[in-house]
Amino acid sequence: MKGRPELYTSYAQDMAFLNTRPKRAWTGGLVVFALLVPFLITDDLLQLLATAFVAAIGAIGLNIVTGYAGQVSLGHAFFLAIGAYTGAALSGSETGRVIGFGITSLPIWLLASGLVAAFFGVLVAPVAVRLRGLYLAIVTLGLVFLGEHVFREWTSLTGGPGVGRPAAVPELFGVRLDRDNAVFTAAQQLYLVMFVLLVIFAVLARNLVRSRVGRAFAAVRDRDLAASVIGVDLTRYKVLAFAVSSFYAGVAGALLFVVNGFFDPGSFNLLLSVQYIAMVLIGGAGTISGAVMGALFITLLPRITRELPAVLPFISGDATGAFTVFQLEAVLYGVLIIVFLIVEPRGLFGIWVRVRNYWRTWPFSY
Amino acid sequence: MDEFLQSLIRGLGNGSIYSLLALGFVIIYKSTQVISFAQPAFMLAGAVLVSYLAPAVSFFGAVLVAAVVIAVLALGVERTVLRPMVGKPVFVVAIITIGVDVVVRVVTNAFIGLDVRQVGDPWGLDTISFLGAEVQQRYLVMIATTAVVTAALFLFFRYSRIGLAMRAVAYDQEVALAQGISVGSVFALSWALAGGLAALAGVFVATGAGVDQQLWIVALKALPAIILGGLESLGGAVVGGLAVGVVESLFGTYQGDFAPWLGPNFGLVAPYALMLLVLLVRPYGLFGKREVERL
Repeated sequence: MKGRPELYTSYAQDMAFLNTRPKRAWTGGLVVFALLVPFLITDDLLQLLATAFVAAIGAIGLNIVTGYAGQVSLGHAFFLAIGAYTGAALSGSETGRVIGFGITSLPIWLLASGLVAAFFGVLVAPVAVRLRGLYLAIVTLGLVFLGEHVFREWTSLTGGPGVGRPAAVPELFGVRLDRDNAVFTAAQQLYLVMFVLLVIFAVLARNLVRSRVGRAFAAVRDRDLAASVIGVDLTRYKVLAFAVSSFYAGVAGALLFVVNGFFDPGSFNLLLSVQYIAMVLIGGAGTISGAVMGALFITLLPRITRELPAVLPFISGDATGAFTVFQLEAVLYGVLIIVFLIVEPRGLFGIWVRVRNYWRTWPFSY
Repeated sequence: MDEFLQSLIRGLGNGSIYSLLALGFVIIYKSTQVISFAQPAFMLAGAVLVSYLAPAVSFFGAVLVAAVVIAVLALGVERTVLRPMVGKPVFVVAIITIGVDVVVRVVTNAFIGLDVRQVGDPWGLDTISFLGAEVQQRYLVMIATTAVVTAALFLFFRYSRIGLAMRAVAYDQEVALAQGISVGSVFALSWALAGGLAALAGVFVATGAGVDQQLWIVALKALPAIILGGLESLGGAVVGGLAVGVVESLFGTYQGDFAPWLGPNFGLVAPYALMLLVLLVRPYGLFGKREVERL
């Protein structure tokens, strides 16, 4: 069917991974662009982007359980923490203060972090099967508080509040990624590795949600009773959704602090959970590309607001003025959530769809 | 025994604060089916307002004014931010209230600054002998005030015209509309009530130690309280709040002796553990309504 891109003659064609020609072109272009970026911009921006890519993996995970399967989870920070500590403990070296096993190979500790987090996800899931809606949201929130307590007290694992421990050691095929070498700087290496990981996990997630499992998730989300009547096993798919989501959270958590190199147990609080919820909602619930856009947006937001004092002189750049950039950042954060949900509930993805539809029929776009 | 009585009174005192907050959550939930995560911000704003007003119009005058002002503020938020979202998925609305919370709190924090502000309450940390144990006066005041407020609320919902209208809306919005009840004003009123209760709770939290930027975290203790009691039950909110306060306080006093492996300060998170346990047995809380679902 050459020359007729919108004509589908089979179901498989309609459900294809990139089902239209513009999608293929855009995706290819974006990937090439992202691979060129590390040679164009400075290292500190690269580090920020690398963190944003990791956040995107986490946001995709939350999107699977909340956006696709409709199980509201405010407990994402808890699973991120489990991943972070599994990764750090496995790859770190034993010191007198914190435990460590010295397995520095990135694929091994990454997989282990994901699996341990997924295990805890499966443990939590039975509660989720019994609860619905906002009850579940608050129970998962309770999980964050309980987790915070455990990580605060278990100092041989976490280093204790205010002190922390080194993050996981990224080593791939014997190359330390967090150190400069002959070819690349540390930031360039981390950027590229995080980008490749994001692509891998995004493709996996996309494949999951366009399969039978993804359709079952959507059925559970839209009306769980109806789903169970037509033969979707609610318990099984809710547990599966939590397991997959926690796996992604674990992976993201393990990588999240690699760029900074250090983290403390205070990082995994309610605010972190809310940030991930904001990524999913601002990006667009129930879309993979939306989660990536949302994660980039939320992670880059502080950087953007920090540039504002140069443009708007009444905002003070340090913490002493009447209206500081930090206050602005926090307010902007709240306002953005409100505005997005009221004006464009489909988030950045929705805006993209509208832009796309406008140009598709341009100049006859009415 | 004295130690037990002291920690019981402290638990009931703090628990009555949680009850006030939980009542606000439940009132909003019953009328709009939304959990308002903006309550912590309103609570903080109430306490801060009192700390500014108290020198001018005395502590009790300030509490009254603050409760009214925060009620109006909450009403305004409902009218501008929440009203466009009527009929949207409850989770989305709940997240919007988180946005509201962030904005209100940042603005309020600017008025707190870095130091601790005093609300100028007449009790401070003074103690009084109660059944042979030295307990802080402020806890007794909290318990008494909450008892009065709760009784007033129950009378309000039982006998007053508006209270009955609110219950009708909670029961069935469409039928209430058909009876000539303005559902919109019930939404607004429930937010106002919740805002006033939050302000009152905020003042009580601030007695003794004063107001700082971390005060809002206390309001999150009301969440296990409403889940324990069941989201639809006002009585459950009061019982849940008191239970959370007592559990927290008793754990704080005795857990170090009985279960030191849980780590110090486990009392602060014990309510969440209790919530998980109760939900495993009763998924709709102690007094919650079991939903009947139809296709």
